[in-house]
Amino acid sequence: MSTGSILQANDASAIVNTVKQVMHPLFDQTYLLQYLIKIQALYACIPPAAIQTLHEKLALTEAQIKSVISFYSFLSIDYQGKYRILFSDNITDRMAGNQSLFHQLSEAIKGADASIDFTSCTGLCDQGPAMLVNGHAINRLDTQRINDIAQLVNNNESLTNWPDNLFKIEDNIRRGDIQLNARAGDGSGIKNAMNLGYQKTLQILQNSGLRGRGGAGFTTAKKWQLCKQSEAVQRYVVCNADEGEPGTFKDRVLFNSSAHSVIEGMTICAYVIGAQKGFIYLRGEYLYLLEHLNDVLQRRREAGLLGQKILGKLNFKFDIEVHLGAGAYICGEESALIESLEGKRGMPRIRPPFPVTEGYKNQPTVVNNVETFWSVSRILLKGSNWFNKLGTKESTGTRLLSISGDCERPGIYEYPFGVTLQKIVEDCGGIETQAVQMAGAAGNTVLARDFDHQVSFEDLSTGGSFILIGGNRNLLDMLTNFADFFKHESCGFCTPCRVGTSLIADTLHRFEKGQGCSGDLQHLKKVLKLMQKSSFCGLGSSAPTAFLNVLENSPDVFDCGMSVESAEIYFDLNAATAEYKKITEPGEKGI
Amino acid sequence: MPAFKIDDQEVEFIPGQSVMQAALAADIYIPHLCFHEDFKAHGSCRICLVMQNGRYLSACTIPAVEGMDIINIRDDVQEQRKQLLELLFIEGNHVCPSCEKSGSCSLQSVAEFCGLLSPSLPFMYPNRSVDASHADFLLDFNRCILCELCVRASRDVDGKSVFGISGRGSNAHLVVNSADGKLVSSSFEKTDRAASICPVGVILPKHRGFKVPIGKREFDVTAINERRENDAG
Repeated sequence: MSTGSILQANDASAIVNTVKQVMHPLFDQTYLLQYLIKIQALYACIPPAAIQTLHEKLALTEAQIKSVISFYSFLSIDYQGKYRILFSDNITDRMAGNQSLFHQLSEAIKGADASIDFTSCTGLCDQGPAMLVNGHAINRLDTQRINDIAQLVNNNESLTNWPDNLFKIEDNIRRGDIQLNARAGDGSGIKNAMNLGYQKTLQILQNSGLRGRGGAGFTTAKKWQLCKQSEAVQRYVVCNADEGEPGTFKDRVLFNSSAHSVIEGMTICAYVIGAQKGFIYLRGEYLYLLEHLNDVLQRRREAGLLGQKILGKLNFKFDIEVHLGAGAYICGEESALIESLEGKRGMPRIRPPFPVTEGYKNQPTVVNNVETFWSVSRILLKGSNWFNKLGTKESTGTRLLSISGDCERPGIYEYPFGVTLQKIVEDCGGIETQAVQMAGAAGNTVLARDFDHQVSFEDLSTGGSFILIGGNRNLLDMLTNFADFFKHESCGFCTPCRVGTSLIADTLHRFEKGQGCSGDLQHLKKVLKLMQKSSFCGLGSSAPTAFLNVLENSPDVFDCGMSVESAEIYFDLNAATAEYKKITEPGEKGI
Repeated sequence: MPAFKIDDQEVEFIPGQSVMQAALAADIYIPHLCFHEDFKAHGSCRICLVMQNGRYLSACTIPAVEGMDIINIRDDVQEQRKQLLELLFIEGNHVCPSCEKSGSCSLQSVAEFCGLLSPSLPFMYPNRSVDASHADFLLDFNRCILCELCVRASRDVDGKSVFGISGRGSNAHLVVNSADGKLVSSSFEKTDRAASICPVGVILPKHRGFKVPIGKREFDVTAINERRENDAG
């Protein structure tokens, strides 16, 4: 574990030296985010002297640096304490009781040099409730674990001395099919590609029918082809490991159990498109995988599978660097991810041009999901027929599902496309399942009566998340959780998403308090549809999906949140005049 | 010259032009706020939504393509714009009757063009500040619609980067790049392009309040859809 103690941020000249060391030897603007992440880990904040030094050395204004800090949840100007504790707050964490554990710990560590808060899904939904302590993941929280953690915090125990078993993360692979049962990643896939040449390699991928596993489902061979055709000074391969969709955790498991395969897939891509540089954009929540990934990269360099002269081929050089994210769901959107890789705020770009023509540093860039690269490594070993004989016409092969929620056996399941929801629910031991939330917060809410539908691009598409909602749950709680999530994660660039996500959250919270009105639902529907049609990027246009599904298919879910007066608009006179009262009432705060 | 259609009218374009640019060159008005012909397209306000093949796209960000059939002025399209404008109004604190910008405000004028007379959604009443530190200019953040025209003008024309956006989501807000965050401590000058670019009432010149009476201001005289972009200023 890399995190030791937090440095004192009161000696400006020491900070200047430390920040210079952090920037050494590159002193490169595009590394700003990476520098900030390191500084935050050292000081539990970004001290003013650090901002000043970054400003001087990187030719960025202080406002620019602060605006980057303000964009990422894991960065802060304010000191976060020796222990920064962030409870994962996905609906699955809430179902497993994270709220009461949060309050238990808050009470237990009052007065300690620590901060405690919630954060978006940390990707441990199969072993929640989960938390991050200074970026390091702890799973299966219960009263006992919270007591232990409170004691460690109150004893001021350095994180390096916390017991290892707290940080043990499980893979929970429950069902393998052809891909999980195959082995790859030892370089033979790259060798095959090199022997075949790039055209035949592309042909095999084309024949396999492989489509991107991030959710959008663009044909992988076509993406690579478009990138290869674009004029370029450099081409780049980027692995999107910003697995932020609530309920998805397959990428974490793939990196932990078969990182070699993923990197081999990236290397094959580099060979095909002619790239020399690649990036893995790893979400900050998966910090604990960083050391392992760097280890694997180093071993592959030593084995001649990365770096100069790959597999002895004189003019094939390619290397990969891991960049960390810092708590921003929007960075899973490929153009926002590229902005973030360039060290900036993760704002989505205008498309077209698409990354395949203008991506990282405006050069042609392939951005693929972790699972896509992983599948490439297998297809290049086993051939396209091996892959496309399974699945459906438009969705060939198998895919990984991250299954969590109310079921007996949460974890990773591999299924051929076309599998019905019913079959999956049975396999994982769904408990009185009333609905499945597909593709995370941004996906469809499928009610039990529709479980004969299939997982596929032509029927129900998913980026891999599959959350089971048991019969005793209130779907309104799930929607409120998603509403808070989107409000927190909207980048704020375009009008419909920035304002719409706030309106959704406000409305859902009114229903939560039993203050909903029929007029609210009409407004809500209008805003949701507007977001779908007019948002700048996929975040805003997909965020309304679950809300609209429930409104259309199960509108009675909202009944329990309706105000008894059943007026068209709820009006709380006391709340509306609270500010006025505060000002006019005599007392210390009066004018 | 290649051509496409906007509301059944033939529009010629130079390859590389966006639908918005081609429309402007052909004197066709597509309502917009964050777009300005002197700057690169931004695409954030979404007001310039048009319909192409049953889908809504922003005219400022889509390249014109031969044979396109664009719907610009039709009730359903105007309705989407009206709803977007409504979001902009409820998000900030816009008090038109007492606003110095009233009558020369693009937000107000575009809203009038799209038929938005009063919002139906609840106002959010955000708590935003005013910066009166500068001798010649006042910043009233209550009216900011985050179009980033001042950010772009200051960075790309004035070479100063006086303005920036900080925060995320509903916390995104305009900031001034100076040690204390005040306009007076920045390199802002009244001759800057950024000083005259704001389409709403955030960046206001001092000492001439209500010099032109309401009713005789720019858009009172010529509605926003009847004038050319460069008349502004």
